Amino acid sequence: MKVSMTINGRSVDADVEPRTLLVHFIRNDVGLTGTNVGCDTTNCGACTILMDGESVKSCTVLAVQADGASITTIEGLAEPDGPMHPMQEAFRENHALQCGYCTPGMVMAAVSLLQENPSPTEAEVREGLEGNLCRCTGYHNIVKAVLAAASAPGGPK
Amino acid sequence: MSILGNRVLRKEDPKFLTVGGSYVDDLPLEGAVHVVYARSTMAHARIGGVDKSEAEAAPGVLAVYTAADIDLAPIPNGAPFGNPAMTRPWLADGVVRYVGEPVAAVVAQTRAQAVDAAEMVIVDYDPLPAVVDPEAALRDETLLFPEAGTNLVMTFPDALAGIMLPAEAADQDEGIFDDCEVVVARRIVNQRVAPCPLEVRAGAASWTEGRLTQWATTQAPHGVRDTLAQSLGVDPTAVRVVSPDVGGGFGAKIGAYPEELFLAWISRALGRPTRWVETRSESMTNLGHGRAQVQDVRIGGTRDGRILAYRLDVIQDSGAYPAIGAFLPMFTRTMLTGVYDVPKVYFKARSVATNTTPTVAYRGAGRPEATAAIERAIDLFAAEIGMDPADVRRRNLVGKDRFPFTTPTGTVYDVGDYERALDLVLEAADYKSLRKEQARRRQSGDASQLGIGLSVYVEITNGLPGSEFGSVQVRPDGKVTVRTGTSPHGQGHVTSWAMLVSEQLGVAVDDIEVVHGDTDVVPRGVGTYGSRSLQTGGVAVNQAAGQVVEKARQLAADLLEASPDDVVLDKAGGRFHVAGTPAVGRTWSELAQAAGEGGLSAETDFTAPGPTFPFGAHVVVAEVDTETGRVRISRVVAVDDAGRILNPLLAEGQIHGGIAQGVAQALMEEVVYDEDGNPVTSNLADYEFVSAAELPAFETIHMETPTPLNELGAKGIGESGTIGSTPAVQNAVVDALAHLGVRHVPMPATPERVWRAIAESRAGGNS
Repeated sequence: MKVSMTINGRSVDADVEPRTLLVHFIRNDVGLTGTNVGCDTTNCGACTILMDGESVKSCTVLAVQADGASITTIEGLAEPDGPMHPMQEAFRENHALQCGYCTPGMVMAAVSLLQENPSPTEAEVREGLEGNLCRCTGYHNIVKAVLAAASAPGGPK
Repeated sequence: MSILGNRVLRKEDPKFLTVGGSYVDDLPLEGAVHVVYARSTMAHARIGGVDKSEAEAAPGVLAVYTAADIDLAPIPNGAPFGNPAMTRPWLADGVVRYVGEPVAAVVAQTRAQAVDAAEMVIVDYDPLPAVVDPEAALRDETLLFPEAGTNLVMTFPDALAGIMLPAEAADQDEGIFDDCEVVVARRIVNQRVAPCPLEVRAGAASWTEGRLTQWATTQAPHGVRDTLAQSLGVDPTAVRVVSPDVGGGFGAKIGAYPEELFLAWISRALGRPTRWVETRSESMTNLGHGRAQVQDVRIGGTRDGRILAYRLDVIQDSGAYPAIGAFLPMFTRTMLTGVYDVPKVYFKARSVATNTTPTVAYRGAGRPEATAAIERAIDLFAAEIGMDPADVRRRNLVGKDRFPFTTPTGTVYDVGDYERALDLVLEAADYKSLRKEQARRRQSGDASQLGIGLSVYVEITNGLPGSEFGSVQVRPDGKVTVRTGTSPHGQGHVTSWAMLVSEQLGVAVDDIEVVHGDTDVVPRGVGTYGSRSLQTGGVAVNQAAGQVVEKARQLAADLLEASPDDVVLDKAGGRFHVAGTPAVGRTWSELAQAAGEGGLSAETDFTAPGPTFPFGAHVVVAEVDTETGRVRISRVVAVDDAGRILNPLLAEGQIHGGIAQGVAQALMEEVVYDEDGNPVTSNLADYEFVSAAELPAFETIHMETPTPLNELGAKGIGESGTIGSTPAVQNAVVDALAHLGVRHVPMPATPERVWRAIAESRAGGNS
């Protein structure tokens, strides 16, 4: 089936098998491997991306369902060679990543969380990231990073 | 000013944050074919036959292999000193022994084709009775390996007497409790858990002109290289293993698994590069599991709180094919008495095969099990004599003036100050106020009861002897290349090792490149596990850096026509000059160019004189809803002493992650099988992987007691958090219910288990 979508500002047209998952399309057809796959039951959130501005788990969306959509992956969050997005910066400043595998999904989920709730409490951050699993950090520094990004100058208020 | 001890941000991060890491399944591999394994649906069955004709005829399929097609020697990575009659075949050979065991390998042009064709492999199973419970397995009524005549893999300490332990190591049981006024016994299950790194197993293999390149998600690439060479019957120099970014390991990615090794054989047979990635569901039944001990604990002492004797009997579930997990009771024995001075002890362990996924090392690997046992035992003893558990602990700690301290099982602790760790944690937690609040809630009959759990722990890091490689090379442009035999997968060695070199050379961290995980570039290496990296690989890099400075000083002296003793390194300027005449000197770049081809370099292999013993104390505060059984952890206060800390930011990260996994084991996570050996927790929907919502922020307190065993004063930090937190959480849950008569709640302390413990206690039973 023919699909057409915008990924990180670039238009992409392709012919895909109907069963192709969006995450596999992004990774294998478009070649953007920042978005990871960590499970097969929509639990881990490693594949989280923004679809028309909303965070979705791209393992639970068919590529054909994204026809006409605008997709942002970790590679598209900041301009190439430009400064990092405030959330990326906050993750680095707060050591909110170790092995890095959950990180792209976690960052995208965190960006979406602050779009919906610009000044969350710690508990709201924890609840908001419940669908994104991390095995390395114990979430302590991830939560800290999201709260820091929320209160950063120029960041969401 | 020294860079050591500073919160230096990671060099690794910008890539992970902007384009993501390069994990095995991300790598392009031109012309690669895809491998998918057809797996056993039975826990124990004879294979009557495998019909692969339909799969072979499916679109895109190149080959389907079963055990009959393989000409390889058995996999050389079983349990050390285990029963050789229990060796694992590459693919199930005549019998399947756990659900998920690979039976056939399907190779196709695309992954989707391979997945579809794997479904068409028809296996004729003749079911055998499955044995899932390790205690039942010990009865030998159902044998996994009839030729072995038993399911018993090995017995400790006997199996290691005269090998890793003195010949007289067998401990004496006779009358060790005779002098005790009080003896408490309890059966404790340290349940099976799944390591769950976010990146599942993956691999790729490619041969070029008789030489293999294998990409592996591993903690020990050189070990994978040697295993591959041995399996394939080639020289290790004919094998290159590349471990790119690795998405977590936690011990489960130390050894190589048959599915990834087999890729090389298939690639050689077909003359095509191969690649493979498992699903999470496959991973949950094939990546090794951790813990899985049944413990009988007995502790005795005086009514005023002195512990006199301690006995631990362990049944270690090794799973279907004994691997490193079968060996881990060795470390449980090593750390048997923890931080306490116990005069008389007895330890016995039996590792036994069951029709389940093999067990391996998992964050702590034998030591969390020792700590969980004795820390629970101390609380049971304290409850029996009616003494505050903090006081019982204090009464029995090994004093700080007694190091090096030799335990009754022969372990030599390097250095420690356990009482100070306990003092610090009690103060930080405000223990007295917590007890007052607990008393208030008990008095008012509040539905939400407060539990205060304690643990004081010591653990062994770098516990298996071995050296580690490190080299430092100054390039002609004045920048530095560091090569390390450690294999970081989240620990931040690229930053830490750069800090060590920067400190000695005065070259900026940003100008120091750290290379790891490629056996062609790093000639030797052991890897990253057992909290060994800084105290072995870090020290090696540090020593190599020191040697490079001395070589450069000599060279600068020659060029400046001065005595080397008069030449100093101005670290701020990155330049050598004669003391007192800073105007004339030589930069690193100039010296590297003068040194000729390859620049200035040095390499070392460092072998530590012995293991080190980090320690600490944790207080956990639990809110337990006595009506629903739900437990909420409101505070985790942790004092962890890993010797001198190189980068507190990274050390805290290790502690945080460790605590989360420790809390998860105590409250949530458990691998469960039904009685026929069917896994019921084989994906992340069914397995209770801990999320941010179930955890509080952690309160970590630094304490630094440098070890005398290496020049950095560093001990390991990777596993401490897990070891300290699990018993503190479990003790907190029990403590919340102590006034109701509850003495024990099994792990994981799920709402149902907590609720049942309360109900049984109220019904007059003894939980």
